[in-house]
Amino acid sequence: MIDFSQDYFALFGLPRRYRFDGAQLDAAYRALQRGVHPDRYAAAGETERRLALQSSARVNEAYRALKDPVSRAQYLLSLQGIDALAETDTALRPEFLQQQLARREEIAEAQVECDTAKLGSLLDAARQDIAALDVELAERLDTDNDLAAARDKVRELRFVTKVATDIEAALGEIEA
Amino acid sequence: MALLQIAEPELPAPPHGRRLAVGIDLGTTNSLVATVRNGIPVVLPDAEGRPLLPSIVRYRDDGVDVGYPAQAALVADPQNTIVSVKRLMGRGLADLSDARRFPYRFIDVPGMVQIETRAGRRTPVEVSADILRTLRLRAEAALGGALAGAVVTVPAYFDDAQRQATKDSARLAGLNVLRLLNEPTAAAIAYGLDNAAEGTYAVYDLGGGTFDLSILKLSRGVFEVLATAGDTALGGDDFDHRIYCWMLETSQVGPVSPSDTRLLMLKAREAKENLTAHSTAPIVATLSTGETIQATLGVATLTAISANLVAKTLGQVRKALRDARLEPRDVKGVVMVGGATRMPQVQKAVAEFFGAPPLNNLDPDQVVALGAAIQANVLAGNRAHDEDWLLLDVIPLSLGLETMGGLSEKVIGRNATIPVSRAQEFTTFKDGQTAMAIHVVQGEREKVEDCRSLARFELRGIPPLVAGAARIRVTFQVDADGLLSVSAREQTTGVEASIAVKPSYGLADGDIARMIEDSQRHAAEDMASRALAEARIEAERVVDATRSALAADGDLLGADERTAIEAAMATVQRLAAGADRHALSAATAALNKATEGFAEKRMDRSVRHALAGRSVDSLADQ
Repeated sequence: MIDFSQDYFALFGLPRRYRFDGAQLDAAYRALQRGVHPDRYAAAGETERRLALQSSARVNEAYRALKDPVSRAQYLLSLQGIDALAETDTALRPEFLQQQLARREEIAEAQVECDTAKLGSLLDAARQDIAALDVELAERLDTDNDLAAARDKVRELRFVTKVATDIEAALGEIEA
Repeated sequence: MALLQIAEPELPAPPHGRRLAVGIDLGTTNSLVATVRNGIPVVLPDAEGRPLLPSIVRYRDDGVDVGYPAQAALVADPQNTIVSVKRLMGRGLADLSDARRFPYRFIDVPGMVQIETRAGRRTPVEVSADILRTLRLRAEAALGGALAGAVVTVPAYFDDAQRQATKDSARLAGLNVLRLLNEPTAAAIAYGLDNAAEGTYAVYDLGGGTFDLSILKLSRGVFEVLATAGDTALGGDDFDHRIYCWMLETSQVGPVSPSDTRLLMLKAREAKENLTAHSTAPIVATLSTGETIQATLGVATLTAISANLVAKTLGQVRKALRDARLEPRDVKGVVMVGGATRMPQVQKAVAEFFGAPPLNNLDPDQVVALGAAIQANVLAGNRAHDEDWLLLDVIPLSLGLETMGGLSEKVIGRNATIPVSRAQEFTTFKDGQTAMAIHVVQGEREKVEDCRSLARFELRGIPPLVAGAARIRVTFQVDADGLLSVSAREQTTGVEASIAVKPSYGLADGDIARMIEDSQRHAAEDMASRALAEARIEAERVVDATRSALAADGDLLGADERTAIEAAMATVQRLAAGADRHALSAATAALNKATEGFAEKRMDRSVRHALAGRSVDSLADQ
């Protein structure tokens, strides 16, 4: 049975950092699932089956949380008592907001005109922003331990990630 | 129960303690049962050597026909001969946009639709159970004993109501369901293990009535489903229907009777099947009115009239690729599953989309049942030492809750790996509020009315506090079968809120119990002896599991613990030789209870071992 009091990083035997070797997370995830997945206990007693279900769900939840950059940063901050994505406090930098609103308008326009080239370049721009925020988050969290700055960057990253997903969906709709 | 024993002198007897397990593909058009024999998955044919069982059930005055005999009555007795019942599983009449296509007398009741037959009202769950029971008896006759368990396959895109209906149906048929397995995943197991494949694959599964597309990553014995998409109301039947409409149109025939519809649908299917090997198919039919239909269907015409059906499937392929964040070129191969993938225009369209010829070296009708048999064998505890593979599947549709304004708030997103569990906190909005209604829906749309209603829960016994002070934590858990369960607890006082579940389409537990009783009264089976046999199988399973646990990890136990477990085990073994099934079941439960602490210690060790193995793995990666 896994230790439910362990944090997600400890569960996978990883350092408590924003940046780590993704292949190591994948390998640890699969190794843990090999140990706890309900399919391994289908012929076992009731207790083992119940424990397997709970443990396997926990491992899946932990993997999902660490795999995705936004939720990983959010989780790291939550371990330090900060709720980065609290609904009561969603303020973003005005410059950032302005830039993103302008981009949203461009997306809406390109979508109406079914301009896939324009949507493609907007997607590239969003992905560049994501990459830059990823680098910055790693510095704030792993090097400076500047939690307030990290919290702002998590919100921006979440925002831009949503923008990228929406462009992908729009492209998908035009294709279909 | 009298069982036909089939002796196979050339085969060695199964090793002692081997559990009889089968995989069942419960299809829209045909169903199959398969098992693993001497390490090789094989389909179990009927007494005449036919592997397929047509998924057709006919209700007569004095009994039920399943399969070929029912098929023979299709045209003569359309209202009592049920085909494509899979399309009705977990569905209300309002869900069936194509209800007019079925010649049945539907009864519009709240929840799942029912059919009025000569033998009385039947739910789709009961009709499916008649098919599953036939397969169970076929397997028991071929294997020479009662089954320890079965893996039953479902379309990956089945929602919770459709899955629950399938599981209920298997229980009703007297099967112990080891797992509900997604059809494309089953095909991937059969295909992947057969070809020692590695890399990312797509499974394109076009069955009689459902379409699934799954993207899987196969690496080092792990089958990981990355994304799944599909349509549970799109399949070979729809191609038949297009041909049927084309026939009526070209021959200028007006509305026809139910039995003529059946006749023409059969002719349409024949023509479709002919076109897999020929470029044209002649159609000749004489209607009950004396009118004659004569036409020739060519591949080009079929391609034209079914183009938007094929396009619909490719739309789902794109969606799954997008969810998996992949391009068509990232896919190493496409496995074709389901009889409808034999159509040449489908093969061609898929090949063009992926830029590679599809893989079809396993029989598309059998591959799902074979994969299910492999999984059943492993789950029943017959895992061989070299079978160290693991399957990680996903939930196909998001689960959400109705919030203010009729919107759905997603709690678990689609393509989340199962099992999965997630909690959400709620609060009261009135002073002294002691109850709260929660509506669980499944689907991707924003508005609740566009999603499928799964269940309504009433939370009661919330301590009366001022508005907003109570904190109710609702936990959603989806198990490895893809089935949802919900529990709730008030956080500040620790009061467990009771939940009254009203499944929107499923059957309540009481319904199932009644149906099991009914079916056993009607079936010529000895109920008591069957129940005893089942209790013995369960007892044997638990004793076996305990014995192998003791052999493997007995060192984890103190002398007292070991003595207690051995005593409980001895009691079970003593009672298993007798005929008191209630005492036996109680003793089995007591043994389960006695091994709880041991189970936890064993899982601890298993996890430590898995992690130790992982460090070797990650070294190898670098």
